[in-house]
Amino acid sequence: MEHLLEIRGLSIDLPRGRRQPPVKLVEGVDLNIDKKQNFGVVGESGCGKSITCSAIMGLLSYPLTVGEGSSIRFQKEAGDEVEITKLSPAELRKLRGKDISMIFQEPMTALDPMYTIEEQINETLRFHTSLSKAEMHQAALEMLQKVKIPRAEQILQDYPHHLSGGMLQRVMIAIALINNPRLLIADEPTTALDVTIQAQILDLMNELRESYDTSVIMITHDLGVIAETCEHVAVFYAGQVVEEASVEEIFHATAHPYTEGLLRSVTSLGGAKKELYTIKGMVPAAGNYGIGCRFADRCDRCMEICKTQAPALTEIAPGHKCRCWLHAGGAEKEAAV
Amino acid sequence: MRRLGQTIRDLWRDPMGRIGMVGILLLIVTAIFAPYVAPYGPEKMIAMPKTAPCAQYLFGTDNYGRDIFSRVLYGARVSLEVGIIAVGIGATAGYVLGLIAGYFEGWIDRIIMRIMDILFAFPSILLAILVSTVLGRGLVPTMVAIGIVNIPVFARTVRASVISAKGLEYVKNAESVGVKTVSILIRHISPNVVAPFTVQATLALSGAILTEASMSFLGLGIQPPDPSWGSMLSEARAFMEQAPWMAIFPALFIIVTILLFNILGDSLRDALDPKLKL
Amino acid sequence: MSENNIILDVQNLRTYFPIKGGVVRKTVGHVHAVEGVSFQIREQETFSLVGESGCGKSTTGRTILRLIEPTGGKVFFDGEDLCALDRESMRKKRRDMQLVFQDPYASLNPRMTVRKLLEEPLETHFQLSAAEKEEQIQWIAGAVGINPEHLERYPHQFSGGQRQRISIARALITKPRFVVADEPVSALDVSIQAQILNLLMNLQKDLKLSYLFISHDLNVVRHISSRVGVMYLGRIVEMGDTEDVYQTPMHPYTQALLSAIPKRDPLEEKQRIRLEGDVPSPANPPKGCAFHERCSRCMDICREQFPETKEIAPGHCVACHLYD
Repeated sequence: MEHLLEIRGLSIDLPRGRRQPPVKLVEGVDLNIDKKQNFGVVGESGCGKSITCSAIMGLLSYPLTVGEGSSIRFQKEAGDEVEITKLSPAELRKLRGKDISMIFQEPMTALDPMYTIEEQINETLRFHTSLSKAEMHQAALEMLQKVKIPRAEQILQDYPHHLSGGMLQRVMIAIALINNPRLLIADEPTTALDVTIQAQILDLMNELRESYDTSVIMITHDLGVIAETCEHVAVFYAGQVVEEASVEEIFHATAHPYTEGLLRSVTSLGGAKKELYTIKGMVPAAGNYGIGCRFADRCDRCMEICKTQAPALTEIAPGHKCRCWLHAGGAEKEAAV
Repeated sequence: MRRLGQTIRDLWRDPMGRIGMVGILLLIVTAIFAPYVAPYGPEKMIAMPKTAPCAQYLFGTDNYGRDIFSRVLYGARVSLEVGIIAVGIGATAGYVLGLIAGYFEGWIDRIIMRIMDILFAFPSILLAILVSTVLGRGLVPTMVAIGIVNIPVFARTVRASVISAKGLEYVKNAESVGVKTVSILIRHISPNVVAPFTVQATLALSGAILTEASMSFLGLGIQPPDPSWGSMLSEARAFMEQAPWMAIFPALFIIVTILLFNILGDSLRDALDPKLKL
Repeated sequence: MSENNIILDVQNLRTYFPIKGGVVRKTVGHVHAVEGVSFQIREQETFSLVGESGCGKSTTGRTILRLIEPTGGKVFFDGEDLCALDRESMRKKRRDMQLVFQDPYASLNPRMTVRKLLEEPLETHFQLSAAEKEEQIQWIAGAVGINPEHLERYPHQFSGGQRQRISIARALITKPRFVVADEPVSALDVSIQAQILNLLMNLQKDLKLSYLFISHDLNVVRHISSRVGVMYLGRIVEMGDTEDVYQTPMHPYTQALLSAIPKRDPLEEKQRIRLEGDVPSPANPPKGCAFHERCSRCMDICREQFPETKEIAPGHCVACHLYD
């Protein structure tokens, strides 16, 4: 297996009862995550980025299910591959917190208010390691210091409600990294934090990259966070990947009109009080997609072929994929028709 | 109105809700049409006393020779009448007090709730007996007594709903628009109170019926010869060995009625729970 | 084209919330949510209050509208002292001063149709015939971009951006002169934010509105406001014309705040001022300058005394001992 994580043909279904086929909230997603890579997943609400990453952990909430024909292959230690969609709940539990970890958006609610910080760190240590109590205490202390929490010894005895959002997120990162996972999924980790605290957390995550072998999947709607932390980016729209490239190419060699629209909405902010650029129209509701490209009725460069045939995700340059007829020879196809 | 239809549909979908609705409906119909359905009048001593249940006297006769089946049917009227009116009194007073306490808070809230706490501290039977000693015995004092007993629980439920509704963003929005207080209470706050209030009312009905039966059993409520399930039970005490049916049927009806109201109340709570919707 | 009339004059506004403790629920202390805030807004101007959580910007906005009672200070709207008005007069004044809320999901009554939501402000403040009401509703729906065929629908049937349009319509239907917008786009997706901001700016021109814009998003604030006030722990630490403050920030907190904004371009080299520590709690403010514990240039006097606000450049003020 050449990548750390290989997702092929992932679809996520929302059942609609016995008489109707399920709604596909995510369809045909192919992604490769490499070792020690910072991978960004960006898109707006409802695009499917969060549930795709929940599926990686086997954490889809009822009644969502992984669709037929989906494959998520993950490489554990040296040569040991697993197909995540086929693992039993017990095997998945062994994977979580040890090989794949996750941190969430709301640090205030992600920790149990009834237990001290030390008890919560110990929970993951007890399940995945066989350290003694003293060794666990030492490991917890060191981990808190690594995430730059001051007065770590005292914080271990505190309860979550004593700590601020920024501190709690550091604790979350500590718990996620303490077992040296190969993959860390960060679902909007700084969205709920103030901008100065967000800067601290992003800096911390960038620094920790040096000392850990962990790949990070950073899910966010904020292109600024992407610019700060990621090397490779996948853009989601209406349940599909519409563009995938290195972060420089996403910003400077943008291919897909949606990505372009997102960038322009954000960068037209600032300076002159001109009218802001907006993408006209609205995201189509899941299950209400037409036959052509899902972005067709909002695209200002829509062609005839876009309305009738859905484009496939094709490689338009080395390491740069795009799902758009503008780049996949759509113009020639039009002319040929 | 549209919500009422939706609620009834939700209740129907729940098997327990269906049982509750149908059962209570039957009970109400029986109570209303008792004079037409009952084969004999409730006070008529027309048969041999202490006859066992048979084709002519479905539930048998009591020690005075009165048909127990007819008495039980008429007793349903009493129970429901007392229950509905008593709960009506308690609920109305409780709603108003709870609304005022909850919306305005401050000293008026403290005073109202302290009084409610005092009332609440009394076991309902004791309080009902107390009221009876002042107002006397019979139908009306019973209703008033049970009504008063019910005020605190409604006041508390309503007050809690109002306080939580006050914190809703759209209520603050209405305040910022400048909407008058009365309009805010009616249009924005009350709809949030109706659901827990209705559930409380249904459950209070079952409690009221039990309290009435207890009071009549003790001789404080409905006076003879008017039939009431509670007084029927009381009269049956002396004849448990000779004519157990005198006690069995009234007791059965008390149990089933309370059960039906409780089942309906539970299903109603689920049907009205906004978190299970949209 | 801004006129010289000052429509809102806030002087030394203070809002404290009591902290109750103990069995008897005595007041054991106060949260100093707003501590001596002063600023002015001219007609048809957009003034922004920007800051992080706990800085008191939302509380300031709501106190100005007397949705929260001020503990001290004065608010003059068009020369009239709002704090001196009785409850009923204040209620009537709300016709001219409205609030757009942050959460488009929670701030609309889910049991009211859009039409009812738009009628309510009209019925509260005016005596209109049915035809006149209809006319106003059609006008505002068109102005904010709500399809008139959707007026009979309920809020939950709309998307976040559309609901925010409904909120804005509800706030503007009485044709107020002054609008407080409390984080109106923070809960929306990026592409929808742009639509709503454009709408707010266009409506400002058409209806000659003055805005107090409250936000934590520095990019949005830079785009929409002509003047900005940076708040920290209940006080304004720096205030001035937007471009002055963004290009030459004076207060160390403003500098740190601006440098914390994530970069727009992965290739951009950014010099970041690192702020250690957390935003302190307004229940327990530090002595002296509220920012001194996190300030890299803290001096002895900063620990003792809160600095006065001084005008360093025309229209640009700062509260910092570095400029004493």
